[in-house]
Amino acid sequence: MKRPELARYLERYGIIVVVLAMMLVLTILKPDVFLSVTNLTNIVKQNASAALLALGMFVVILTAGIDLSVGSVMALAMVSLAVANRSGYPWEIIVLIGPLVGIAAGLVNGIGLTWLRLPHPFIMTLGTLNIARGLTNLVSNGAPVSGLKPEVRYVGQKNYDLGIFAPPAGIPASFFLVAICAIALWFFLNRTSTGRHIYAIGGNPQAARVSGIDVDRVLILVYVICGFFAGLAGLLLAGRTDSGFPNAGIGAELDAIAAVIIGGASFFGGRGTVLGVLAGVLIIGLLRNGLNLLNVSVFWQQILIGVVIVLAVFIDVLRRRAAVRT
Amino acid sequence: MFPCKDKNEIAEAASFAGQAGEESLKLAPEVSTGESAAKARPPSEAPLLEAKGIVKYFGAITALRDVNFRLYRGEVLGVVGDNGAGKSTLMKILSGLYAPSQGEIIFDGRPVQFASPKDARRIGIEMVYQDFALAGNLPIFENIYLGREPGRRIFGLNIVDLAKARSMAAEHLERLKIHVKSVEQPVEELSGGQRQAVAIARSTAFDARLVIMDEPTAALAVKEVGKVLDLIRGLKDHGVSVILISHRMDDIFYVCDRVMALYHGANFAEAPLSETNRNEVIGWIMGTRGHQSGLAHDRVHG
Repeated sequence: MKRPELARYLERYGIIVVVLAMMLVLTILKPDVFLSVTNLTNIVKQNASAALLALGMFVVILTAGIDLSVGSVMALAMVSLAVANRSGYPWEIIVLIGPLVGIAAGLVNGIGLTWLRLPHPFIMTLGTLNIARGLTNLVSNGAPVSGLKPEVRYVGQKNYDLGIFAPPAGIPASFFLVAICAIALWFFLNRTSTGRHIYAIGGNPQAARVSGIDVDRVLILVYVICGFFAGLAGLLLAGRTDSGFPNAGIGAELDAIAAVIIGGASFFGGRGTVLGVLAGVLIIGLLRNGLNLLNVSVFWQQILIGVVIVLAVFIDVLRRRAAVRT
Repeated sequence: MFPCKDKNEIAEAASFAGQAGEESLKLAPEVSTGESAAKARPPSEAPLLEAKGIVKYFGAITALRDVNFRLYRGEVLGVVGDNGAGKSTLMKILSGLYAPSQGEIIFDGRPVQFASPKDARRIGIEMVYQDFALAGNLPIFENIYLGREPGRRIFGLNIVDLAKARSMAAEHLERLKIHVKSVEQPVEELSGGQRQAVAIARSTAFDARLVIMDEPTAALAVKEVGKVLDLIRGLKDHGVSVILISHRMDDIFYVCDRVMALYHGANFAEAPLSETNRNEVIGWIMGTRGHQSGLAHDRVHG
């Protein structure tokens, strides 16, 4: 009884230990830089949109699906709201444009996957990856659109100094946005019927179907959630960079997938936690940040992230081989 | 070619056995309505389920030509037949997965039509599958309530009452005398027999009146079959009717009250278990009637 308990505990929280260990190593190697408020704020801000993309991707991967379009959708959301901003719409509408573009893209993905009966979400979302990127360039004429209203920039740029940090340092608003999204998603996935159905579909779609779950409806919802997070990530990134640029988020879908997998979710669905996904994002973020601080070349960073992905999945394979009786 | 030849041989052997008069040759059991079972019961009792003239076409293929049967409360009906005889199609019609092309299903005295398995479940018809149809990544209690989680609705979302689901699952398993370490255990950690027990627990979690089991023991280790069969007997004791599809004569003769054979999509024969025997039932599966011995099956195993 003792050992499986420990194994389950490690499975759930072991990843947090990895993050803490990385932070400890970086603190030792670069004591005065790494733990500085500016650096920590930077890490959070730079990874906030990646975290939202990963959270959305996580929901899709839970159903054994994949959404390759998130990077392009994020860019489309970005330039759409930037163009709306240039056209002088009120900010209340502009901030809604990002998430709405994402929801629309998610609907297209979900409906294409379920109604057109395409054999795998890889294909449908590979299509929308290109469609969304093309639309992004059409909308923006292929050029960045800069200069956003302060209200539109707010979530991407604002820091709360809380009276303890010297401005402009402080806890970024994007941190709170990511935290709220993560908590809401955790609640949805773990405490609602629909959330549990998402796990069930990942575990055994046939079982879900014969249990009376409308699998197609749930799948559409899953891609809409993923699109919504991609749109929200677009709003964040637009705010942070004060612009919408059409090349944003190229390859971001791969980072999102990597974060989800490093965070312990199974690529074959049904397994993983929100906490793990956030840890996965942080591991990639800390790796990049740490290697930057240590002046390691970008090329090595990429190689290391690749190694970490392979290692993380290998550990998962070992763990499951030990745990599952066949 | 071979099955035909076998059949002739079997038929000859059967008639020979009859002529020899070693055993009194029984009358061919009634086809189509289950009157033999009706006779054994008080005439006032209405069947729980009655299927009348069920026909099912798939394009140009006729899967079911004309199937009629009755099922009584607390009765375990064995359904046998060769591959392609139409057993699974019939069960899928009863559980709401397919709609019949013609014919009528009367449940509890009322004609019923199902648009989906959900409709069938709503009136208490449940299905248990050979491959368990469980989500291995989810714990036992979540599998039992999958699709029907207890909870309260807020903004169109059902907030699951996990504590209630856990305790309800534990009580339900207790009632069925299914022992598990914990209802929190993921189903993938269970053995085949335990998984089928969970599947049966799920099928009976909501006042099931009829549980249809499609080869529930086919994927199990031999030592686990007995437990599942005892569970089926337990359901009967709770007044639940069971339709059991099985190729295993041991299963049929251990739990069933009555056995019905389908052949080429139509009723072939049926009898209360007390009025038939294994060899006769095996004969029905192969499309021969009324013989008692001399089957290939006996020559191989006897």
